[in-house]
Amino acid sequence: MQPKSDLPQGTLDLLILKVVALGPVHGYAIAQRLGQVSQQVVQVPQGSLYPALHRLENRGLLAADWKETETGREAKFYRLTGKGRAQLETEAASWQRLTEAVALILKLSEGGAE
Amino acid sequence: MNWWHRLLRRKKMEEQLEKEMRFHLDQHAAELMARGISPGEARRRARMAVGGPEQVKEQCRDVRGTRWLEDSWQDFRYAMRMLRQHPGFAAVAILTLALGVGASTVMFTVVNGVLLRPLPYPEADKLVAVNGHTETWNAKLFGEEKVAYPDFLDFERESHSLTLAGILFNGGTASGAGEPEYVNFNEISSDVFSVLRVALAEGRTFLAEEDQPGAAPVMILGYSFWQRHFGGKVGVLGSSLVLDGKSYTIVGIAPAGFRLYDSEPDVCTPLGQDTAKYLRNRAAHPVHVLARLRPGRTLAEAQAELSLMGSRLAVQYKDTNRDRSFVVEPLRPDVGDVRSTLWLLLGAVGLLLLIACTNVASLLLARAVSRERELAMRVALGAGRGRLVRQCLTESAVLGLSGGVLGVGLAALGFQPFVAFWPGALARAEEVQLDWRVLLFALTVSLVSGLLFGLAPALRAPARELEQMLRAGGRSVVGSSRRLHSSFVVSELTLAVVLLVSAGMLGRTLLRLSSLDPGMNIRNVLVARMALSPGVLADTGRIRAAWQDVLERTRRVPGVASVAIVDTFPMREGFNAMGYWPTADVPPENKQPQALATSVSPEYLSVMGIPLRQGRLFNEQDRMGSELVVVIDEVLAQQAFGGESAIGKRLWMPEMGYGPFVVVGVVGHVRHWGLAGDDQAQVRAQFYYPFAQLPDKLLRRWSELMSIVVRTNVAPLSEVESLKRELRGAAGDQVFYEVHTMEQLASDSLARQRFLLLLFGVFAGLALVLAGIGTYGVLAYLTGQRVPEIGIRIALGASPSGVMWMVLKQSLGMIFVGVALGTVGALAAGHVLKQLVEGMQSMEFSSFAIMIPVLVFAALLASFLPACHASRVDPVIALRQE
Repeated sequence: MQPKSDLPQGTLDLLILKVVALGPVHGYAIAQRLGQVSQQVVQVPQGSLYPALHRLENRGLLAADWKETETGREAKFYRLTGKGRAQLETEAASWQRLTEAVALILKLSEGGAE
Repeated sequence: MNWWHRLLRRKKMEEQLEKEMRFHLDQHAAELMARGISPGEARRRARMAVGGPEQVKEQCRDVRGTRWLEDSWQDFRYAMRMLRQHPGFAAVAILTLALGVGASTVMFTVVNGVLLRPLPYPEADKLVAVNGHTETWNAKLFGEEKVAYPDFLDFERESHSLTLAGILFNGGTASGAGEPEYVNFNEISSDVFSVLRVALAEGRTFLAEEDQPGAAPVMILGYSFWQRHFGGKVGVLGSSLVLDGKSYTIVGIAPAGFRLYDSEPDVCTPLGQDTAKYLRNRAAHPVHVLARLRPGRTLAEAQAELSLMGSRLAVQYKDTNRDRSFVVEPLRPDVGDVRSTLWLLLGAVGLLLLIACTNVASLLLARAVSRERELAMRVALGAGRGRLVRQCLTESAVLGLSGGVLGVGLAALGFQPFVAFWPGALARAEEVQLDWRVLLFALTVSLVSGLLFGLAPALRAPARELEQMLRAGGRSVVGSSRRLHSSFVVSELTLAVVLLVSAGMLGRTLLRLSSLDPGMNIRNVLVARMALSPGVLADTGRIRAAWQDVLERTRRVPGVASVAIVDTFPMREGFNAMGYWPTADVPPENKQPQALATSVSPEYLSVMGIPLRQGRLFNEQDRMGSELVVVIDEVLAQQAFGGESAIGKRLWMPEMGYGPFVVVGVVGHVRHWGLAGDDQAQVRAQFYYPFAQLPDKLLRRWSELMSIVVRTNVAPLSEVESLKRELRGAAGDQVFYEVHTMEQLASDSLARQRFLLLLFGVFAGLALVLAGIGTYGVLAYLTGQRVPEIGIRIALGASPSGVMWMVLKQSLGMIFVGVALGTVGALAAGHVLKQLVEGMQSMEFSSFAIMIPVLVFAALLASFLPACHASRVDPVIALRQE
């Protein structure tokens, strides 16, 4: 098992938005999905997941409905709002730019060392 | 969802949060159990993964953004609970505050209505007054100089920056309907109502063409006059009223409460119709001018324009306008000399409020000290310091606001009686109302006092060593708290000394003033204004005989001992000051010394009982054509002739228009300005001259001003009805009005001092009670804290009297410092009082000598109870407590 990385500041919101964008989903499933997708590399402390969800909901990026799960229990399902979708797109794009820039810089420094 | 939605739906959100967390935990646990982990262990791991469901919930609540409000609400409920648990403390604190806030709110309501509220006209900030100005004019004595009517007409016609309106105050006899009555009538230019933007209640205002000589006489009635005389019937429009023998058609009714320069006119007539000669003369300045700035114009522009016009007039009319300029000022309510009284009372009330606050602060501090353990516990459980300070402040704010609400209630009940009790008529009394300014004031005062007295306990509360506090169990008192408590007692005593000594000084002053000799015999003297028949006044040849008739008819009334007529009598507002000079080379007007001139019939001096010092009084031989004579008072004799005998000397009085006069007698000085005011009056010297020697050209004007004084053998007021009947005159339109007795007037001249004394007395009494309660509270508390120590002392052999002395010594120390500081404060207060109150005695030892022991006694009494308790401490019980 590889060592787990800390989540860079501000990326939790982006990850949550991305997961929710795939379809309405409850909090526990989000935690599971994040863990699976990142192959357990990114560990989301479950304690910070809910405040983040509530914050996104208060900002109108997420909306929530109470629905039954396959097992017949009521759970709070989060879904993306229009505003949330727009936010996801801008944040994803800027993340993309950032990582490309960082990768470029890393490559340069290797070249310089030769 | 907005934050207030979230706040309102708080309960539902809590339920959902709980449900969501439970779902998460159950789901996780179920998954773990599916992997074969035992249910208990699965549940434990699920909780571990989340990191404590309660903490997560707290964080979720934080992101709602309603946290501060929920905390405040929690603090508020907690504060209410604390108050309910200590009803005695709460009642004392709230009542004390209510008293302080209530008293200051009443005073502020009056200050607000009289001094701060704008004039009751729309856009009052655009209204200005136009006054004349010459270097020689004594504005302090006579008020601002007014404007000549021809000057006013020029301004009215030519000004581009102002719309002007002129008002002339006059009086006359209204007859025709019922009893003849002397009325105040205002002669007004046609624009007065439109400049003030006041709409009439009924009818119309004057037209520009009615504001001209020779136009049809028209009249606007004042609302009260209309109600009084016509029962408020609208049908009165178009009918007529006779004023000074001339019939006017009534065209309008002024609205209720309409006032010009703080008095409600009985009737208004067009100024332009008055053909009196002095209104055609640029040397006479009788017209009050007010104006409204035209849209977009500023005060500075108006001033520049009027200055320019003034200098043009100065060139054009050298004789009358050479040294005359014009001043444009914002129109301010004329409230007379109440300003100083009001600020004085507001100051006194402020001291009272401070005492109240100090009292509550010491109560709160005592509670804070005994709550140290509770607060320490909260710190141990994770409360931040800021959070604790906030909670303490919330508690004192709740106290402050409850006191404030109760105080505003008290003020709402109290300000009407207070205004009614004001000596004389309070200017702008109708403006004294509770309005937003007053409520804002009360809110600010209660919140600020809440924060003031809450701050000390709040800041000290969590500052101390946590562990030590928990261990000490909140029973030991360290030095800082004792010093703080003592300083509260000291400041209360200081403030109480200031109020007590001030009241004492006022009391002494009043005593001295009431014992002063008014300079005449005020017993059994009736004074009243007398308006001759308008028909007689119009015919100068008949005036002297008419006055003679008045005197003779009055003498015939049973119970009348003697009678005289006079233009201005003592202790009323009217006076007639003029310059005099003892030689013929009279200097210019502003270099002449001034004296009060009084025109009298021969008997006046003996009717009033003014003592003759030298020479003779007037007699029937002092008449037209005989030598011009005056009788002067001792003050004038001293001022004009020094040590020499004044009899036979001559005086020149240029403003009289005739003279010189030979001094035939010297009489005692009369306190013309009232018992209190006379010593400090600007013009004290007096002289009397015979009405009989007045030239014919002045006769009419003087006759409009004359009053009648009657000395009676019976109670003076019982004569009023028979005098009124007897003096109605041949045409039945002579009026005898504004009746007073000299005793009333003398007593009224001290009304202000009496009023101040009463209020200061009440404030001082309250201060005494509050300071007593405060001293008792603090000492009882401090002694209570020392019970274990006292127990040990007694166990070691201290005698009860020794213990008592120990406690009393502590309070004596505080009393000593309080009295010392208070004496300094009282000296300062005495200085202020002397500046503001007429006839105030200078600082005397006796005020201190009487008042300070009262306070010391009260404070000792208050410390005696705790001392007694201390001396009776049972050492066994006391030590077991520890």
